[in-house]
Amino acid sequence: MAKNQEFYWRRLHSLLGVIPIGLFVIMHLVINNFATRGEEAYNGATHFMESLPFLIFLEVFVIYLPILFHAVYGIYIAFTAKNNTSRFGYFRNWMFKLQRWTGVITLIFIAWHVWETRIAKAFGAEVNFDMMENILSSPFMFAFYVIGIIAAIFHFANGLWSFMVSWGITVTPRSQVIATYFTIAVFVILSYIGVSTLFAFV
Amino acid sequence: MAENKVRFIITRQDTPDSTPYEEEFVLDYRPGMNVISALMEIRRNPVNAKGEKTTPISWDMNCLEEVCGACSMVINGKPRQSCSALVDQLEQPIRLAPMATFPIIRDLQVDRSRMFDSLKRVKAWIPIDGTYDLGPGPRMPERKRQWAYELSKCMTCGVCLEACPNVNSKSDFIGPAPLSQVRLFNAHPTGEMNRAERLEAIMGDGGLANCGNSQNCVQSCPKGIPLTTSIAALNRDTSIQAFKNFFGSDQV
Repeated sequence: MAKNQEFYWRRLHSLLGVIPIGLFVIMHLVINNFATRGEEAYNGATHFMESLPFLIFLEVFVIYLPILFHAVYGIYIAFTAKNNTSRFGYFRNWMFKLQRWTGVITLIFIAWHVWETRIAKAFGAEVNFDMMENILSSPFMFAFYVIGIIAAIFHFANGLWSFMVSWGITVTPRSQVIATYFTIAVFVILSYIGVSTLFAFV
Repeated sequence: MAENKVRFIITRQDTPDSTPYEEEFVLDYRPGMNVISALMEIRRNPVNAKGEKTTPISWDMNCLEEVCGACSMVINGKPRQSCSALVDQLEQPIRLAPMATFPIIRDLQVDRSRMFDSLKRVKAWIPIDGTYDLGPGPRMPERKRQWAYELSKCMTCGVCLEACPNVNSKSDFIGPAPLSQVRLFNAHPTGEMNRAERLEAIMGDGGLANCGNSQNCVQSCPKGIPLTTSIAALNRDTSIQAFKNFFGSDQV
């Protein structure tokens, strides 16, 4: 890699985490919540998303490439840290560590999730309510989905906090504390949306 | 009379590359003693807790009033200055270890050169030399001077680098201290004239973007310097600088 490009890679990593990946995650969680209104509503919403024009371009440029870059660079960031919460057990240091852990958990979850749905679809399976009901009927997979979704939402909410610091939006300690409360609210609300969707399938 | 004794467990290392080991010392308690006076006591009579004669402990010190930063070490797990570490306020046994983020020279003595190299790299000074008398510079408002004074308290002690999870052998992050100095010198009315140079220096590899916001630095700084506020403020400045660099600006 060229010299002195790190600043731009880091900023790109930070930006992509919120736009488009964060926005995609919110949309994905909200649309899937149609499942709480029954099988027909869910299948209707899924069908609508699948029939969007230029879908493959939307998927590649808004979802696949940004996530791929964010994941690869994120793993590099996670493994260059030397966590020290045992010596410095401060709140933000724990968030720092959890951000790296949830990033890795989310990557494993997404890899499996894409395999089970998107790639299965490419091999002819149909992505619908029945498919998810079938996957989530296994208690192991249900737990895996709960952990994966919570990890992804935590990573997004806490990432939103550090995004605001990394771009110089929240500078003062007070604005950073308020941003902490705001991102806790984001975490709780999105977690409710995500987990209630999962329970609609069982 | 156990309460009249002070126990120390010290991590020692004979050469920069040798394996560290622990050695225990028991000293007579004296009122008002601090870690440095205890180390001096051991130096006077280098005998460990087993009664064996040993070598005196090597450590760095200078001002003895917590302004030079030389005597930093890890005391009971936390990096701090040993001159202001009072034995009365420490849990026993008192564990001393070197700040292992830095290359260890011997025992508790470390080499903080990388911090001074970083200060050079970010141009943490105000260039005032010319071929002729440039005359007085612009005045600094008193309120700003008082604010900047807080940032100028940095003594390059290395505690923030020791506390930072992103400063380690796997990364080349320069750490919080030199970053905050960029904010200090950019705030100075004359220093401001070289603002972009300093910002571009910290936009290089191992610079500002390596901060992972664990905020251990601001919790650990013995001088209470608002390091994370400095980093966030510089994040804003570099965002604008990057925009100017790419899209162009009349304000160089």
